[in-house]
This record gives sequence, C-alpha cells and structure tokens, in this order.
Amino acid sequence: MKPLDFEKPLDELYAKIDELRRLSAEGQVDLSDEIASIEKRAEKLRNEVFSNLTPHQILQIARHPNRPDTFGLSMLVFDDFVELHGDRQFRDDPSIVGGIAQLGTHRVMVIGHQKGHDTKEKIYRNFGMPHPEGYRKALRLMHMAEKFNMPIVTFIDTPGAYPGKEAEERGQSEAIARNLREMSGLSVPVITFVIGEGGSGGALGIAVSNRIYMLEYAVYSVISPEGCASILFRDADQANYAAEKLKITAGDISNLGIGDGVLKEPLGGAHNDWPHVSETIRSKINEDLKRYETMSPEEVFQERYDKFRSFGKFEDPVKA
Amino acid sequence: MSIIDWFNQREKIEDRSKKLDIPGDLWVKCYKCSDILYLKDLESSKKVCPSCKYHFRITPEERLQYLFDSNSFEEAEDSIRAVDFLKFRDTEEYKDRLEKARKKTKHADAIIIGVAKIKKRTVNVGIMDFSFMGGSMGSVVGEKITRLIELALENHHPLVMFTSSGGARMQEGIMSLMQMAKTSAALQLLAKKKIPYISVLCDPTMGGTSASFAMLGDINIGEPGALIGFAGPRVIEQTVREKLPKGFQRAEFLLKHGMLDMVVERQSMRDTLAHLVNVLDPHRKPV
Repeated sequence: MKPLDFEKPLDELYAKIDELRRLSAEGQVDLSDEIASIEKRAEKLRNEVFSNLTPHQILQIARHPNRPDTFGLSMLVFDDFVELHGDRQFRDDPSIVGGIAQLGTHRVMVIGHQKGHDTKEKIYRNFGMPHPEGYRKALRLMHMAEKFNMPIVTFIDTPGAYPGKEAEERGQSEAIARNLREMSGLSVPVITFVIGEGGSGGALGIAVSNRIYMLEYAVYSVISPEGCASILFRDADQANYAAEKLKITAGDISNLGIGDGVLKEPLGGAHNDWPHVSETIRSKINEDLKRYETMSPEEVFQERYDKFRSFGKFEDPVKA
Repeated sequence: MSIIDWFNQREKIEDRSKKLDIPGDLWVKCYKCSDILYLKDLESSKKVCPSCKYHFRITPEERLQYLFDSNSFEEAEDSIRAVDFLKFRDTEEYKDRLEKARKKTKHADAIIIGVAKIKKRTVNVGIMDFSFMGGSMGSVVGEKITRLIELALENHHPLVMFTSSGGARMQEGIMSLMQMAKTSAALQLLAKKKIPYISVLCDPTMGGTSASFAMLGDINIGEPGALIGFAGPRVIEQTVREKLPKGFQRAEFLLKHGMLDMVVERQSMRDTLAHLVNVLDPHRKPV
C-alpha cells in the first residue's frame, strides 16, 4: 500500500524496524534495544503527525483507497445484510448500494455510497458518483423502510453526484431535490455516518437525517476544495487553502452545529482497522435506536425537521 | 500640415465627439443574435429581443413590473443580513463581496420575498437576483425562502418562485449546502397542506438551487433558453471529455426530457401564471 505523503517519514522508520528485525532473526546480532528505541521514535512521530493534520491531509485520509466502505460496514456492523437492487424505473446504479439488515432485535434499512477499491471496481461503481437512478433507488428503499417501520442508516462516501450528460438528461437535480423533500417527511429515524468524503449535494441526497455523525477523518463540504479553488481562485493549486477555508473536517462540521458527534478512528486512520470502526458505529446505532424506540413517528419527524430548520447563520434585527 | 496643426486637429476631433454626448445606454446589443436594439423598444417588449426572442436576464423589480399587478408587491423579511461567519477570503473577502453586491443591486441579498397580486389574486412570491453574487444561496436566501413557505402555510395563498442562481454560496461552506435541505423540507409541509407551488426556472438555475426548491414545483415552468441543470456545462465537458450538443441543459431540452411542464415566453407569463394559480388553488375564492 502506497503511503500518503505525510506518512512517508513514518514509513521509512517502519522499513528500518523491519530490516533490523530481519537481521536479528538471522541470529547475527541482538538488536532488540535498537528496535525498541526506533519503535518508540516511530510511535512518537505517528502521534505528532496525526495530532497536527491539516484539513488537506485529512482529506487525503478521507479519500484513502482502503477506507471502510458501505458494503464492508454493512457486513461488519449488522447481521444478515441482504442487498436490494434497482430504482424500478431505469436501472440499478452500483454507486449507491442498499439493503435490509438486522442489528440484534432491530431491523434496519442500510443505504450508502460505494466507491470501489481497485480500478475495475472503481469504474463499475463510477467512483461512488451516483446517477439520478441511484438517488431514486435510495428513495424507493427509504419509502419501503417507512412502510415496514424500519429505521434507516446511511453511509456517506462520495466525491459528489455524477456530473455527466446522461445524469443531466435523466434529471440529476430533480432526483436529489425529491430526496431532500421526501427524506424530511419520513416517519422513521434516519442515522447518517459520514465515513469518507461527503461531497456536496451528492452526499446530502441521502443525508437528511435525525443524526449526522462524522468519522474523525471524514469530511463534508459544499464543494470539493479543488472545485472551489478553480472557481473562486481560478487556480486549482489553491486547494490546500480552500480546504482550510471551507471548514470541512469532522470537528468543523460539529462546531458549526451540523454534525452530532465525531467518532474516534484508530490511530493512522480507519483504513487500518475496519472492525474497530464498525464496533464504534454499531454501539452508536444501538444507543440511538434505544432512544428512538421511545419516540412517536411524529416526534421522529419533528426532531429531524427542527434540526434542519435551525441551520443558517445570519443577522436578524427584527427577531433579535 | 505641420505637426502642431496635426495636434490641434486631433484636439478638435476629440472636442467634437465630446459635444455629441451619446449616452452609452440607449442602444443594446442582443447577446444572442447581435442585433442592435433600441433600449426603449427592448423595455417595452419586456426585455425580450424582438428579432430572436432571446430573454435578457432581468432584475426582481422588472419582473414584478412585467408580471404582477402594479404596486401590489409588499416585501417581507427584508432585514435579514448575511454574516461572514467563516471569515472566508478568496480573491476578495466575503464581507467586501457582500458590500459590493448590496451597492450594485440595492438588495440585501440574492432574493426578495413577499406577497403580490397577479390579476387581483394574492400570491406569495420569491424572486432571485442573479446579479447579487450569482444568485448564490447562502443562509439568508435559504432562510428567506423557508420563511416565505411558512408565510404560505399561514395565509394559504399559492407560492410562486422565480429562480436565477449559480447554486450554493461557497463562501458559507457547508451551511449553504444545508439550505437545500431546509428549503426542501419546508416544501414538504407545503405539499402536505395542499398549497400550490409554481416554480419558474429562469436563466440560469444550477447546482444547489436546481437540486432543491427550484425542481420541486407542482408545476415547473422554464423561461425560453434558460440554462438549467445540476453540474455546469464546463464541468461536464471536462468530466466526459466531449463537446456538449447545442441546446444542452436549456429549458427546451429539459422540457423534452420531462423535467419541466412547459416553457413560457415572458410575454405570456403573466396570463399563464394567473391562470394556473387560479385553477390549481384549492383554497381559492372568486375574485
């Protein structure tokens, strides 16, 4: 696995440790002291690197090719995940996957973006960029969930809705807009985990939720920093700066009152330990579902409505 | 001619052109067919080119004047102001951009809302202003639209929205994105109350605006030639690496693909709206 840029010094230390271990094992010299000291250095460096990440570095972790994905989490977090396909109108969009699963005694509908890991899967999944039929499939599943009174869990990981010719012809805007309206009216709770990249309307299209949790190194943004840089600065190289200004990290999203919590990732990022991440997510879902059991459908609807109604920062001299 | 004469001559020519004093804004060149149009003619045709029917972008005031009963508009919620809560700075600071846009448009933000009458029938109306930072939707635009919908929920009059916007306002980051959900959620309540909503998509209606309240009309109307879509044409061309066909993402294209109910020329917009509002409104009383 290719290390991320800022992980390179760390990687070199680990390579050294491996080499010393090999020499040790060959029995020529006892190097355990050296190994221990380098390991200590590596540990310290790792802590330093990961406690001072810039938003742009966090973005790189969020986009890591081995980032936990919707399929993986569906298997690890839940029992008996059964995938369901198609929007019943045009085709099955592999960029958004969904299905029924169980969590202890709970039945849930799971929906999420799927980016893919290797080149072949990435192309098949269109890099996690859905077409309108992806959003329509998601909406079909959400309506089904409402019909059978199942809570909905969504996983967000997309660069954005696909900006393509056919997507426009089939009404990308209409599909997303309809999801926003319909999701806000659901009588079952929706719990969202931003697990990687929360790319603009493409993310929001399945994220009008009662609860929005961010993994520690996930991001959520109105536009990709690259896109922002090329539009506002007319210079794509300003992406670092745009990433800072846009306030896209898990901490920022919570500080702005949009995220409901940051879920700690294992050191080095979620890609190093999927089971750890899925355990964190599972306990969060369990905790929330317990709370929603005591709430009526109207209360569930109202909680979500009030949450989104409150979003916005402005001056209002009349009401103040 | 000596060189001194030449200079004197030149000064005279400059003088003469000064004396002619042609006001620069009497004539307008049509963006589409390049015809030279007399401004007064253009105004009397509601800013539609008489030769090629190109619909010029117009201000909210012009739209009120062309479509609604005269002096019937009462503005609501005009005191809400945007704040630069991210301390956003691109090539300019956000608060400077706001200041400039306010000066230029005489509006507080990229939309005005209120109630107006169309052929004596009261409607709730929102009109976006593209000349204010590209009609971008930040917290203020989202809040005003939501309050307009809430007003409709109270007074039960139909809602008519004119959209003209490049999308979400990047200078407000994620908060702009959330306005898409906030406005769409309010429309969900409006639908439940069976209050008609007519969305008129004007040039241009893109990104976060089209992917939320603009596309959610009970009836979606496009202005002729309006650019309407999710992603901008340049972004699409870069993604799919091919040239887009002529007319792609124009109102007529959306009509053909089933995203609009009709494309209506500005000349007949007033009649069409008045008729639709009248026929749809379940709360209507005869006027």
